Amino acid sequence: MAISKLLIANRGEIAVRIIRAAQALGIRTVQAHSMADADSLAVQMADEAVNIGPPHAAKSYLKVDAVLEAAKSSGADAVHPGYGFLSENAAFAQAVEDAGLIFVGPKPETISRLGDKAAARAAAEAAGVPTVPGSAGLIDSVEAAREAAERIGYPVMIKASAGGGGRGIKIAENADELAKLVSQARSEAQAAFGDGSLYMEKLVRNARHIEVQVLGDGTDAVHCFERECSMQRRRQKVWEEAPSAALDDAKRQAICTSAVDLARSVGYRGAGTLEYLYDDASGAFYFIEMNTRIQVEHPVTEMITGIDLVQEMIRIAAGEKLRLKQSDIALKGHAIECRINAEDPSNGFMPAPGTVERLVVPEAAHVRFDTLLYEGYTIPPFYDSLLGKLIVHGPDRATAIDRMAAALDGLTIEGFKTTVALHKALAQSADVRANAIHTQYLEPWLEAHPIPS
Amino acid sequence: MAEQIVSPLPGTFYRKPSPDEPNFKDEGDTVAVGDVIGLVEVMKTFNEVKADKAGTIASFAVDNEEAVMAGQPLVELG
Repeated sequence: MAISKLLIANRGEIAVRIIRAAQALGIRTVQAHSMADADSLAVQMADEAVNIGPPHAAKSYLKVDAVLEAAKSSGADAVHPGYGFLSENAAFAQAVEDAGLIFVGPKPETISRLGDKAAARAAAEAAGVPTVPGSAGLIDSVEAAREAAERIGYPVMIKASAGGGGRGIKIAENADELAKLVSQARSEAQAAFGDGSLYMEKLVRNARHIEVQVLGDGTDAVHCFERECSMQRRRQKVWEEAPSAALDDAKRQAICTSAVDLARSVGYRGAGTLEYLYDDASGAFYFIEMNTRIQVEHPVTEMITGIDLVQEMIRIAAGEKLRLKQSDIALKGHAIECRINAEDPSNGFMPAPGTVERLVVPEAAHVRFDTLLYEGYTIPPFYDSLLGKLIVHGPDRATAIDRMAAALDGLTIEGFKTTVALHKALAQSADVRANAIHTQYLEPWLEAHPIPS
Repeated sequence: MAEQIVSPLPGTFYRKPSPDEPNFKDEGDTVAVGDVIGLVEVMKTFNEVKADKAGTIASFAVDNEEAVMAGQPLVELG
Protein backbone atom coordinates (compact mmCIF):
# COMPACT_ATOMS: atom_id res chain seq x y z
CA MET A 1 0.00 0.00 0.00
CA ALA A 2 1.18 3.52 -0.85
CA ILE A 3 0.47 4.58 2.74
CA SER A 4 2.72 3.20 5.46
CA LYS A 5 2.26 5.81 8.21
CA LEU A 6 -0.94 7.77 8.78
CA LEU A 7 -1.29 10.97 10.82
CA ILE A 8 -4.69 11.34 12.49
CA ALA A 9 -5.59 15.05 12.52
CA ASN A 10 -8.58 14.70 14.82
CA ARG A 11 -9.50 13.54 18.31
CA GLY A 12 -12.11 11.64 20.29
CA GLU A 13 -14.01 8.59 19.12
CA ILE A 14 -13.29 9.14 15.42
CA ALA A 15 -9.52 9.20 16.06
CA VAL A 16 -9.91 5.83 17.80
CA ARG A 17 -11.98 4.57 14.87
CA ILE A 18 -9.39 5.67 12.29
CA ILE A 19 -6.53 4.08 14.27
CA ARG A 20 -8.41 0.76 14.33
CA ALA A 21 -8.94 0.90 10.55
CA ALA A 22 -5.27 1.74 9.94
CA GLN A 23 -4.13 -1.09 12.21
CA ALA A 24 -6.33 -3.54 10.30
CA LEU A 25 -4.59 -2.43 7.10
CA GLY A 26 -1.10 -2.77 8.64
CA ILE A 27 -0.50 0.99 8.61
CA ARG A 28 1.43 2.68 11.44
CA THR A 29 -0.37 5.57 13.15
CA VAL A 30 0.62 8.97 14.51
CA GLN A 31 -1.91 10.77 16.69
CA ALA A 32 -1.75 14.58 16.55
CA HIS A 33 -3.13 15.88 19.85
CA SER A 34 -3.61 19.03 21.89
CA MET A 35 -2.18 19.41 25.39
CA ALA A 36 -5.62 18.55 26.80
CA ASP A 37 -5.69 15.22 24.94
CA ALA A 38 -2.31 13.83 26.00
CA ASP A 39 -4.03 11.09 28.03
CA SER A 40 -6.71 10.30 25.42
CA LEU A 41 -7.49 6.75 24.30
CA ALA A 42 -6.37 7.61 20.76
CA VAL A 43 -2.93 8.73 21.98
CA GLN A 44 -2.60 5.49 23.94
CA MET A 45 -3.56 3.35 20.95
CA ALA A 46 -1.47 5.07 18.28
CA ASP A 47 2.11 3.99 17.56
CA GLU A 48 3.28 7.58 18.05
CA ALA A 49 1.84 10.86 19.30
CA VAL A 50 2.74 14.48 18.53
CA ASN A 51 1.67 17.45 20.65
CA ILE A 52 0.37 20.15 18.29
CA GLY A 53 -0.52 22.88 20.78
CA PRO A 54 -2.76 24.25 23.54
CA PRO A 55 -6.23 22.86 24.39
CA HIS A 56 -8.28 25.30 22.31
CA ALA A 57 -8.95 23.81 18.89
CA ALA A 58 -8.12 27.15 17.23
CA LYS A 59 -4.59 26.77 18.59
CA SER A 60 -4.15 23.07 17.83
CA TYR A 61 -6.61 20.94 15.80
CA LEU A 62 -7.54 23.86 13.54
CA LYS A 63 -3.97 25.05 12.97
CA VAL A 64 -2.91 23.98 9.50
CA ASP A 65 0.80 24.70 10.09
CA ALA A 66 0.95 22.76 13.36
CA VAL A 67 -0.80 19.71 11.89
CA LEU A 68 1.42 19.74 8.77
CA GLU A 69 4.55 20.08 10.88
CA ALA A 70 3.45 17.06 12.95
CA ALA A 71 2.96 15.05 9.76
CA LYS A 72 6.38 15.98 8.41
CA SER A 73 8.33 15.56 11.67
CA SER A 74 6.81 12.14 12.30
CA GLY A 75 7.50 10.92 8.78
CA ALA A 76 3.83 10.25 8.02
CA ASP A 77 2.96 9.86 4.35
CA ALA A 78 -0.78 10.52 4.70
CA VAL A 79 -3.21 12.57 6.79
CA HIS A 80 -6.73 11.52 7.83
CA PRO A 81 -8.81 14.56 8.85
CA GLY A 82 -11.77 12.71 10.46
CA TYR A 83 -14.91 14.90 10.69
CA GLY A 84 -15.21 18.52 11.80
CA PHE A 85 -11.98 20.51 12.41
CA LEU A 86 -10.01 20.67 9.09
CA SER A 87 -11.88 17.85 7.34
CA GLU A 88 -13.71 20.09 4.86
CA ASN A 89 -11.07 22.79 4.60
CA ALA A 90 -9.89 22.85 0.98
CA ALA A 91 -6.83 24.98 1.83
CA PHE A 92 -5.72 22.33 4.32
CA ALA A 93 -6.20 19.51 1.82
CA GLN A 94 -4.18 21.54 -0.70
CA ALA A 95 -1.42 22.21 1.85
CA VAL A 96 -1.20 18.48 2.61
CA GLU A 97 -0.85 17.68 -1.09
CA ASP A 98 1.64 20.53 -1.63
CA ALA A 99 3.77 19.00 1.12
CA GLY A 100 3.90 15.80 -0.94
CA LEU A 101 1.57 13.90 1.40
CA ILE A 102 -1.70 12.07 0.77
CA PHE A 103 -4.93 13.66 2.00
CA VAL A 104 -7.48 10.97 2.91
CA GLY A 105 -10.45 12.64 1.25
CA PRO A 106 -11.53 14.30 -1.97
CA LYS A 107 -9.39 16.55 -4.13
CA PRO A 108 -9.12 20.12 -2.73
CA GLU A 109 -11.11 21.51 -5.67
CA THR A 110 -13.95 19.04 -5.02
CA ILE A 111 -14.09 20.16 -1.38
CA SER A 112 -14.36 23.83 -2.36
CA ARG A 113 -16.88 23.18 -5.09
CA LEU A 114 -19.23 21.10 -2.96
CA GLY A 115 -18.67 23.31 0.09
CA ASP A 116 -20.13 26.28 -1.80
CA LYS A 117 -23.93 26.04 -1.54
CA ALA A 118 -24.67 27.61 -4.91
CA ALA A 119 -21.98 25.60 -6.73
CA ALA A 120 -23.14 22.35 -5.10
CA ARG A 121 -26.72 23.09 -6.11
CA ALA A 122 -25.62 23.80 -9.67
CA ALA A 123 -23.63 20.55 -9.75
CA ALA A 124 -26.70 18.65 -8.52
CA GLU A 125 -28.95 20.24 -11.14
CA ALA A 126 -26.43 19.48 -13.87
CA ALA A 127 -26.41 15.82 -12.75
CA GLY A 128 -30.22 15.71 -12.82
CA VAL A 129 -30.56 15.52 -9.03
CA PRO A 130 -33.63 17.35 -7.67
CA THR A 131 -32.94 20.35 -5.40
CA VAL A 132 -35.33 22.27 -3.16
CA PRO A 133 -37.43 24.49 -5.49
CA GLY A 134 -36.59 28.15 -4.96
CA SER A 135 -36.30 31.58 -6.52
CA ALA A 136 -33.76 31.83 -9.31
CA GLY A 137 -31.35 34.07 -7.44
CA LEU A 138 -32.38 37.04 -5.30
CA ILE A 139 -35.89 38.48 -5.24
CA ASP A 140 -35.87 42.22 -5.84
CA SER A 141 -39.59 43.08 -5.59
CA VAL A 142 -42.84 41.87 -4.07
CA GLU A 143 -44.08 41.19 -7.60
CA ALA A 144 -41.06 39.01 -8.38
CA ALA A 145 -41.54 37.20 -5.06
CA ARG A 146 -45.19 36.51 -5.93
CA GLU A 147 -44.30 35.08 -9.34
CA ALA A 148 -41.59 32.87 -7.85
CA ALA A 149 -43.91 31.65 -5.09
CA GLU A 150 -46.62 30.71 -7.63
CA ARG A 151 -44.07 28.61 -9.46
CA ILE A 152 -42.58 27.01 -6.28
CA GLY A 153 -45.91 26.44 -4.51
CA TYR A 154 -46.90 27.61 -1.01
CA PRO A 155 -45.85 27.50 1.80
CA VAL A 156 -42.55 29.22 1.03
CA MET A 157 -39.63 30.32 3.17
CA ILE A 158 -38.26 33.82 2.73
CA LYS A 159 -34.60 33.73 3.65
CA ALA A 160 -32.01 36.44 4.19
CA SER A 161 -28.95 35.89 1.98
CA ALA A 162 -26.71 36.99 4.83
CA GLY A 163 -28.52 34.82 7.39
CA GLY A 164 -27.73 31.23 8.29
CA GLY A 165 -28.35 28.59 10.91
CA GLY A 166 -32.08 29.27 10.79
CA ARG A 167 -31.79 33.04 11.35
CA GLY A 168 -33.72 35.48 9.23
CA ILE A 169 -36.30 32.98 7.93
CA LYS A 170 -40.00 33.79 7.48
CA ILE A 171 -42.78 31.49 6.31
CA ALA A 172 -45.56 32.66 3.98
CA GLU A 173 -48.65 30.47 3.52
CA ASN A 174 -50.24 32.56 0.75
CA ALA A 175 -49.81 35.61 -1.48
CA ASP A 176 -51.20 38.10 1.08
CA GLU A 177 -48.77 36.97 3.76
CA LEU A 178 -45.97 36.97 1.22
CA ALA A 179 -46.47 40.64 0.34
CA LYS A 180 -46.34 41.65 4.00
CA LEU A 181 -43.44 39.40 4.95
CA VAL A 182 -41.17 40.26 2.04
CA SER A 183 -40.92 43.94 3.00
CA GLN A 184 -40.67 43.07 6.69
CA ALA A 185 -37.94 40.48 6.01
CA ARG A 186 -36.03 42.96 3.88
CA SER A 187 -35.86 45.66 6.57
CA GLU A 188 -35.07 43.12 9.29
CA ALA A 189 -32.27 41.57 7.23
CA GLN A 190 -30.91 45.06 6.51
CA ALA A 191 -30.91 45.86 10.24
CA ALA A 192 -29.56 42.50 11.43
CA PHE A 193 -26.99 41.69 8.75
CA GLY A 194 -26.45 45.03 6.96
CA ASP A 195 -27.73 43.31 3.79
CA GLY A 196 -31.39 43.24 2.79
CA SER A 197 -31.04 40.63 0.01
CA LEU A 198 -33.64 37.89 0.10
CA TYR A 199 -34.28 34.62 -1.67
CA MET A 200 -37.05 32.08 -1.45
CA GLU A 201 -37.32 28.32 -1.02
CA LYS A 202 -40.17 25.85 -0.81
CA LEU A 203 -40.99 24.85 2.77
CA VAL A 204 -41.19 21.07 3.20
CA ARG A 205 -43.26 20.51 6.33
CA ASN A 206 -42.40 17.58 8.60
CA ALA A 207 -39.49 16.68 6.34
CA ARG A 208 -37.29 13.72 7.04
CA HIS A 209 -33.50 13.94 6.85
CA ILE A 210 -32.27 11.17 4.59
CA GLU A 211 -28.66 10.90 3.44
CA VAL A 212 -26.87 8.59 1.05
CA GLN A 213 -23.39 7.18 1.68
CA VAL A 214 -21.18 7.06 -1.39
CA LEU A 215 -17.67 5.85 -2.14
CA GLY A 216 -15.81 7.11 -5.19
CA ASP A 217 -12.34 6.60 -6.61
CA GLY A 218 -12.23 9.79 -8.70
CA THR A 219 -13.77 8.07 -11.71
CA ASP A 220 -16.36 5.58 -10.62
CA ALA A 221 -18.71 5.74 -7.62
CA VAL A 222 -21.06 3.42 -5.72
CA HIS A 223 -23.63 3.97 -2.97
CA CYS A 224 -23.89 2.06 0.30
CA PHE A 225 -27.58 2.82 0.74
CA GLU A 226 -29.10 5.53 2.91
CA ARG A 227 -29.40 6.58 6.53
CA GLU A 228 -32.27 8.41 8.17
CA CYS A 229 -31.30 11.03 10.76
CA SER A 230 -34.60 12.82 11.39
CA MET A 231 -34.26 12.66 15.18
CA GLN A 232 -32.50 15.95 15.85
CA ARG A 233 -32.20 18.48 18.64
CA ARG A 234 -31.01 21.98 17.71
CA ARG A 235 -29.99 20.62 14.30
CA GLN A 236 -27.74 18.04 15.94
CA LYS A 237 -28.43 14.43 15.12
CA VAL A 238 -29.36 12.32 18.13
CA TRP A 239 -30.46 8.90 16.82
CA GLU A 240 -29.68 7.53 13.36
CA GLU A 241 -30.82 4.51 11.39
CA ALA A 242 -29.98 2.60 8.24
CA PRO A 243 -31.84 2.05 6.04
CA SER A 244 -34.69 4.59 6.21
CA ALA A 245 -37.95 2.81 7.04
CA ALA A 246 -39.79 5.61 5.22
CA LEU A 247 -38.60 4.50 1.77
CA ASP A 248 -39.88 1.64 -0.35
CA ASP A 249 -37.48 -0.18 -2.67
CA ALA A 250 -38.30 1.95 -5.71
CA LYS A 251 -37.82 5.22 -3.83
CA ARG A 252 -34.60 3.89 -2.26
CA GLN A 253 -33.31 3.00 -5.71
CA ALA A 254 -34.18 6.47 -7.04
CA ILE A 255 -32.56 8.46 -4.25
CA CYS A 256 -29.41 6.29 -4.06
CA THR A 257 -28.97 6.34 -7.84
CA SER A 258 -29.25 10.15 -7.85
CA ALA A 259 -26.45 10.30 -5.27
CA VAL A 260 -24.18 8.14 -7.42
CA ASP A 261 -24.98 10.31 -10.46
CA LEU A 262 -23.84 13.42 -8.61
CA ALA A 263 -20.74 11.76 -7.10
CA ARG A 264 -19.69 10.49 -10.55
CA SER A 265 -20.35 13.82 -12.24
CA VAL A 266 -17.90 15.60 -9.92
CA GLY A 267 -15.28 12.81 -10.04
CA TYR A 268 -15.71 12.22 -6.32
CA ARG A 269 -12.85 10.52 -4.47
CA GLY A 270 -13.23 8.98 -1.02
CA ALA A 271 -16.22 8.56 1.30
CA GLY A 272 -18.95 11.18 1.09
CA THR A 273 -22.54 11.78 2.08
CA LEU A 274 -25.32 13.48 0.15
CA GLU A 275 -28.01 14.96 2.34
CA TYR A 276 -31.63 15.13 1.21
CA LEU A 277 -34.91 16.44 2.52
CA TYR A 278 -37.63 13.85 2.09
CA ASP A 279 -41.28 14.85 1.90
CA ASP A 280 -43.36 11.98 3.27
CA ALA A 281 -46.60 13.47 1.93
CA SER A 282 -45.52 13.64 -1.71
CA GLY A 283 -42.62 11.18 -1.76
CA ALA A 284 -40.41 13.90 -3.27
CA PHE A 285 -36.76 14.17 -2.29
CA TYR A 286 -34.51 17.20 -2.62
CA PHE A 287 -30.71 17.36 -2.46
CA ILE A 288 -29.47 19.86 0.15
CA GLU A 289 -25.70 19.44 0.39
CA MET A 290 -22.83 17.03 0.25
CA ASN A 291 -20.45 16.37 3.13
CA THR A 292 -17.03 15.54 1.78
CA ARG A 293 -15.77 13.47 4.72
CA ILE A 294 -16.57 10.46 6.89
CA GLN A 295 -19.63 11.15 9.07
CA VAL A 296 -20.28 10.50 12.75
CA GLU A 297 -23.08 8.07 11.92
CA HIS A 298 -21.15 6.00 9.35
CA PRO A 299 -21.31 2.81 11.53
CA VAL A 300 -25.00 2.17 10.80
CA THR A 301 -24.10 1.91 7.13
CA GLU A 302 -21.24 -0.46 7.98
CA MET A 303 -23.61 -2.63 10.00
CA ILE A 304 -26.12 -3.12 7.14
CA THR A 305 -23.55 -3.56 4.34
CA GLY A 306 -20.59 -5.21 6.08
CA ILE A 307 -18.29 -2.62 4.47
CA ASP A 308 -15.57 -0.93 6.56
CA LEU A 309 -15.94 2.61 5.21
CA VAL A 310 -12.86 4.01 6.95
CA GLN A 311 -10.64 1.24 5.55
CA GLU A 312 -12.13 1.79 2.10
CA MET A 313 -11.45 5.53 2.17
CA ILE A 314 -7.82 4.89 3.18
CA ARG A 315 -7.40 2.35 0.35
CA ILE A 316 -8.85 4.83 -2.14
CA ALA A 317 -6.55 7.59 -0.87
CA ALA A 318 -3.63 5.21 -1.40
CA GLY A 319 -4.60 5.06 -5.06
CA GLU A 320 -6.62 1.85 -5.21
CA LYS A 321 -9.62 1.61 -7.50
CA LEU A 322 -13.03 0.89 -5.95
CA ARG A 323 -12.97 -2.74 -4.85
CA LEU A 324 -16.73 -3.05 -4.84
CA LYS A 325 -19.16 -2.98 -7.70
CA GLN A 326 -22.68 -1.79 -6.97
CA SER A 327 -23.93 -5.35 -7.39
CA ASP A 328 -21.54 -6.47 -4.60
CA ILE A 329 -23.20 -4.17 -2.07
CA ALA A 330 -26.27 -5.67 -0.42
CA LEU A 331 -28.50 -4.26 2.28
CA LYS A 332 -28.95 -6.63 5.18
CA GLY A 333 -31.25 -5.98 8.16
CA HIS A 334 -31.52 -2.73 10.07
CA ALA A 335 -29.08 -0.74 12.23
CA ILE A 336 -29.54 2.04 14.80
CA GLU A 337 -27.02 4.37 16.39
CA CYS A 338 -27.54 6.43 19.56
CA ARG A 339 -25.15 9.28 20.24
CA ILE A 340 -24.03 9.17 23.86
CA ASN A 341 -23.14 12.71 24.94
CA ALA A 342 -21.82 14.16 28.21
CA GLU A 343 -25.01 16.19 28.67
CA ASP A 344 -27.75 16.16 31.28
CA PRO A 345 -31.07 15.54 29.50
CA SER A 346 -32.96 16.30 32.73
CA ASN A 347 -31.41 19.78 32.85
CA GLY A 348 -31.68 21.34 29.40
CA PHE A 349 -28.88 19.14 27.99
CA MET A 350 -26.33 21.06 30.03
CA PRO A 351 -22.83 19.75 29.22
CA ALA A 352 -21.54 17.70 32.16
CA PRO A 353 -17.94 16.58 31.71
CA GLY A 354 -16.23 14.68 34.52
CA THR A 355 -14.14 11.61 35.29
CA VAL A 356 -15.22 8.10 34.28
CA GLU A 357 -15.63 6.21 37.53
CA ARG A 358 -17.08 3.06 36.03
CA LEU A 359 -17.63 1.88 32.46
CA VAL A 360 -19.51 -1.27 31.47
CA VAL A 361 -20.08 -1.86 27.77
CA PRO A 362 -22.69 -4.38 26.57
CA GLU A 363 -21.14 -7.19 24.59
CA ALA A 364 -22.99 -9.09 21.88
CA ALA A 365 -22.38 -9.93 18.25
CA HIS A 366 -24.95 -7.37 17.10
CA VAL A 367 -23.73 -4.51 19.37
CA ARG A 368 -20.89 -2.07 18.77
CA PHE A 369 -19.71 0.85 20.93
CA ASP A 370 -17.37 3.38 19.28
CA THR A 371 -16.01 5.50 22.11
CA LEU A 372 -13.23 7.66 23.54
CA LEU A 373 -13.95 6.48 27.10
CA TYR A 374 -11.93 4.37 29.51
CA GLU A 375 -12.19 4.04 33.28
CA GLY A 376 -10.32 6.81 35.08
CA TYR A 377 -10.37 9.15 32.06
CA THR A 378 -11.26 12.81 32.69
CA ILE A 379 -13.23 14.32 29.80
CA PRO A 380 -11.67 17.64 28.73
CA PRO A 381 -14.22 20.51 28.58
CA PHE A 382 -12.79 22.12 25.42
CA TYR A 383 -14.42 20.02 22.71
CA ASP A 384 -17.87 18.72 21.81
CA SER A 385 -19.78 16.48 24.18
CA LEU A 386 -19.81 13.25 22.10
CA LEU A 387 -18.50 10.37 24.23
CA GLY A 388 -19.40 7.49 22.03
CA LYS A 389 -21.93 5.86 19.77
CA LEU A 390 -23.91 2.79 20.67
CA ILE A 391 -24.79 0.86 17.54
CA VAL A 392 -26.95 -2.24 17.14
CA HIS A 393 -28.00 -4.41 14.22
CA GLY A 394 -31.05 -6.61 13.83
CA PRO A 395 -32.78 -8.56 11.10
CA ASP A 396 -35.54 -5.92 11.03
CA ARG A 397 -36.27 -2.51 12.55
CA ALA A 398 -38.45 -3.73 15.43
CA THR A 399 -35.77 -6.18 16.54
CA ALA A 400 -33.10 -3.51 16.22
CA ILE A 401 -35.11 -1.19 18.52
CA ASP A 402 -35.52 -4.03 21.05
CA ARG A 403 -31.80 -4.71 20.89
CA MET A 404 -31.04 -1.01 21.32
CA ALA A 405 -33.23 -0.91 24.44
CA ALA A 406 -31.35 -3.94 25.83
CA ALA A 407 -27.95 -2.51 24.89
CA LEU A 408 -28.78 0.81 26.60
CA ASP A 409 -29.71 -1.15 29.74
CA GLY A 410 -26.35 -2.89 29.53
CA LEU A 411 -24.35 0.34 29.16
CA THR A 412 -23.11 1.86 32.42
CA ILE A 413 -21.17 5.13 32.50
CA GLU A 414 -20.67 6.48 36.02
CA GLY A 415 -19.07 9.76 37.05
CA PHE A 416 -21.22 12.30 35.17
CA LYS A 417 -24.54 12.70 33.38
CA THR A 418 -25.03 11.31 29.86
CA THR A 419 -27.82 11.17 27.30
CA VAL A 420 -28.40 7.44 27.87
CA ALA A 421 -31.68 8.27 29.69
CA LEU A 422 -32.98 10.14 26.63
CA HIS A 423 -32.30 7.17 24.37
CA LYS A 424 -33.99 4.76 26.77
CA ALA A 425 -37.12 6.94 26.61
CA LEU A 426 -36.95 7.15 22.81
CA ALA A 427 -36.58 3.36 22.48
CA GLN A 428 -39.89 2.98 24.36
CA SER A 429 -41.73 5.67 22.38
CA ALA A 430 -44.64 4.50 20.22
CA ASP A 431 -43.88 7.19 17.61
CA VAL A 432 -40.29 5.98 17.29
CA ARG A 433 -41.52 2.41 16.91
CA ALA A 434 -43.99 3.56 14.24
CA ASN A 435 -41.27 5.74 12.63
CA ALA A 436 -43.75 8.64 12.83
CA ILE A 437 -41.00 11.24 13.20
CA HIS A 438 -39.45 14.15 11.30
CA THR A 439 -36.69 16.73 11.83
CA GLN A 440 -38.90 18.99 13.97
CA TYR A 441 -40.25 16.12 16.07
CA LEU A 442 -37.84 15.77 18.98
CA GLU A 443 -37.86 19.23 20.54
CA PRO A 444 -41.65 19.46 21.13
CA TRP A 445 -41.59 15.81 22.27
CA LEU A 446 -38.98 16.70 24.90
CA GLU A 447 -41.19 19.58 26.10
CA ALA A 448 -44.03 17.12 26.59
CA HIS A 449 -41.89 14.26 27.92
CA PRO A 450 -39.23 15.70 30.24
CA ILE A 451 -36.46 13.21 31.02
CA PRO A 452 -36.33 12.55 34.78
CA SER A 453 -32.97 12.95 36.51
CA MET B 1 -9.35 37.77 54.77
CA ALA B 2 -9.66 38.05 51.02
CA GLU B 3 -12.54 36.24 49.43
CA GLN B 4 -12.68 34.64 46.00
CA ILE B 5 -15.22 33.86 43.32
CA VAL B 6 -14.48 30.44 41.82
CA SER B 7 -15.42 28.82 38.54
CA PRO B 8 -18.39 26.46 38.93
CA LEU B 9 -17.34 24.44 35.86
CA PRO B 10 -14.23 23.37 33.97
CA GLY B 11 -13.80 25.15 30.66
CA THR B 12 -12.66 28.40 29.12
CA PHE B 13 -13.12 31.71 30.95
CA TYR B 14 -14.30 34.80 29.10
CA ARG B 15 -14.41 38.27 30.63
CA LYS B 16 -16.73 39.78 28.01
CA PRO B 17 -20.03 38.70 26.44
CA SER B 18 -18.52 38.82 22.92
CA PRO B 19 -15.16 39.88 21.50
CA ASP B 20 -16.39 43.38 20.54
CA GLU B 21 -18.01 44.23 23.86
CA PRO B 22 -16.53 45.62 27.08
CA ASN B 23 -15.65 43.40 30.06
CA PHE B 24 -18.45 42.40 32.39
CA LYS B 25 -16.37 43.70 35.30
CA ASP B 26 -12.97 45.32 35.76
CA GLU B 27 -10.58 45.60 38.65
CA GLY B 28 -11.88 48.11 41.20
CA ASP B 29 -15.54 47.48 40.29
CA THR B 30 -17.93 46.54 43.06
CA VAL B 31 -19.95 43.35 42.66
CA ALA B 32 -23.26 42.40 44.24
CA VAL B 33 -24.40 38.81 44.73
CA GLY B 34 -25.81 37.62 41.40
CA ASP B 35 -23.76 39.98 39.20
CA VAL B 36 -22.28 38.29 36.14
CA ILE B 37 -18.49 38.43 36.28
CA GLY B 38 -17.76 36.34 33.18
CA LEU B 39 -18.64 33.30 31.09
CA VAL B 40 -17.27 29.77 31.18
CA GLU B 41 -17.51 27.86 27.92
CA VAL B 42 -17.83 24.15 28.45
CA MET B 43 -18.26 21.83 25.47
CA LYS B 44 -19.34 24.69 23.21
CA THR B 45 -21.98 25.94 25.69
CA PHE B 46 -21.60 29.29 27.43
CA ASN B 47 -22.52 29.55 31.11
CA GLU B 48 -22.69 32.79 33.12
CA VAL B 49 -20.56 32.95 36.25
CA LYS B 50 -22.42 34.91 38.90
CA ALA B 51 -20.89 36.37 42.04
CA ASP B 52 -21.90 34.36 45.11
CA LYS B 53 -20.57 37.07 47.43
CA ALA B 54 -20.40 40.88 47.32
CA GLY B 55 -17.29 43.03 47.41
CA THR B 56 -14.79 44.97 45.33
CA ILE B 57 -12.70 43.23 42.66
CA ALA B 58 -9.04 43.39 43.72
CA SER B 59 -7.79 41.31 40.81
CA PHE B 60 -8.65 38.68 38.21
CA ALA B 61 -6.86 35.41 38.87
CA VAL B 62 -7.16 34.21 35.25
CA ASP B 63 -6.90 35.98 31.92
CA ASN B 64 -9.57 36.25 29.27
CA GLU B 65 -9.89 33.01 27.22
CA GLU B 66 -7.79 31.04 29.69
CA ALA B 67 -8.58 27.42 30.59
CA VAL B 68 -10.01 26.94 34.10
CA MET B 69 -10.82 23.96 36.30
CA ALA B 70 -13.96 23.65 38.42
CA GLY B 71 -13.31 25.36 41.79
CA GLN B 72 -10.42 27.43 40.43
CA PRO B 73 -10.47 31.07 41.70
CA LEU B 74 -11.42 33.60 39.01
CA VAL B 75 -11.61 36.78 41.06
CA GLU B 76 -10.00 37.99 44.28
CA LEU B 77 -12.26 40.32 46.23
CA GLY B 78 -10.57 43.09 48.23
